[in-house]
Amino acid sequence: MHELSIAMSIIDMAVDEAERRRVTIDAVHLELGPLSGVVAEALRFSYEIACKGTSLEGSRLVIREVQIEVYCPTCNAQKTLRSMQWFCCPDCGAPTSDIIHGRELVISALEVGDERRTAPVGST
Amino acid sequence: MSAEPRLLEVRKNVLKQNDVVARALRERFRSQGTFVVSLVSSPGAGKTAFLEKTLTLMRQNYRVAALVGDLATENDAIRLARSQAPVKQITTGTLCHLEAVMIDRALDGWDIGQLDFLFIENVGNLVCPSSYDLGENLRLVLLSVTEGEDKPLKYPTIFNSADIAVITKMDLAEAVEFDEESVKANIQAVRPGMRHFAVSAKTGGGIQEYMQFLTDRLAEHAPKHTAARA
Ligand SMILES: Nc1nc2c(ncn2[C@@H]2O[C@H](COP(=O)(O)OP(=O)(O)OP(=O)(O)O)[C@@H](O)[C@H]2O)c(=O)[nH]1
Ligand SMILES: [Mg+2]
Ligand SMILES: [Zn+2]
Repeated sequence: MHELSIAMSIIDMAVDEAERRRVTIDAVHLELGPLSGVVAEALRFSYEIACKGTSLEGSRLVIREVQIEVYCPTCNAQKTLRSMQWFCCPDCGAPTSDIIHGRELVISALEVGDERRTAPVGST
Repeated sequence: MSAEPRLLEVRKNVLKQNDVVARALRERFRSQGTFVVSLVSSPGAGKTAFLEKTLTLMRQNYRVAALVGDLATENDAIRLARSQAPVKQITTGTLCHLEAVMIDRALDGWDIGQLDFLFIENVGNLVCPSSYDLGENLRLVLLSVTEGEDKPLKYPTIFNSADIAVITKMDLAEAVEFDEESVKANIQAVRPGMRHFAVSAKTGGGIQEYMQFLTDRLAEHAPKHTAARA
């Protein structure tokens, strides 16, 4: 379980950004690939715990799970992998280890309020 | 209050800090001509036994050393030190994996330029180590014949982050009716093209071929360095 230390890094980075830009953060948007080695569910859980007592307490972690994209040398094109257990082109079946996407562990955006936290509107 | 949340684009790699340190380490290993191999496996798969054997044999012709990560004890470092190679323990406490900064700290006071090979035994864990680049030149995933042939399918991420696979405890293969073809197929399914070696740390079987592979890689990694030694 290294999700707790990952969650703490996310929070540190977001807190830094928030201070630099003088905003409050309502949500952190994260892109997460299945090959990052981080489990979304464990991360959500850890995030909530790790936020306690920081300026991000009460904020949300919005995770967008990225699919694995590989390059197929036979089709000469980028393809979406069907299964992590089968690294081959979904169309022609050629095996490939050429990974284009799927390792992401990236803060993509911050949902911000201005001077103080505003009540979250809507639900995503 | 606006109805739309205000979104600030940021794009920040969460592991950036680790990656920066890892990149600096890799550059240092390259410039010093040291080839660095890290070992990952589930707990008890046989990393220390395999490494002890490797160090003992390679020490005869190469300058080798090892770092070993463990949650709490120094036992593995003590076992590895029997090879007579320099060994340093990294105690991780509650952390279930090594990070680049721990490697950097552990190398403090070591003259890397004096080494041909540095081996790093990661904490026994097939999940967490996959996220952390240690600056190594080769990541080796070890699995033993007693763990079941489907390990690669259960842990595709770590197999995907590794460069070669080593199947160990081959001396027990018959007793547990180990199916090498099936493991080979599973490795190829999650990591097409990945090379594998079948070894026994107990008998030493298969280890020569693996060492030949490493020395070939060293020659590519540090051509001048090895030419000068020959
Ligand atoms: N028969 C046989 N036993 C082995 C072999 N390699 C390791 N073992 C045994 O397997 C057990 C675990 O080996 P270790 O080398 O400690 O495994 P490890 O992966 O370093 O373990 P952790 O560091 O705790 O994760 C020990 O009892 C070893 O003696 C082998 O090639 N053959
Ligand atoms: Mg060990
Ligand atoms: Zn194809």
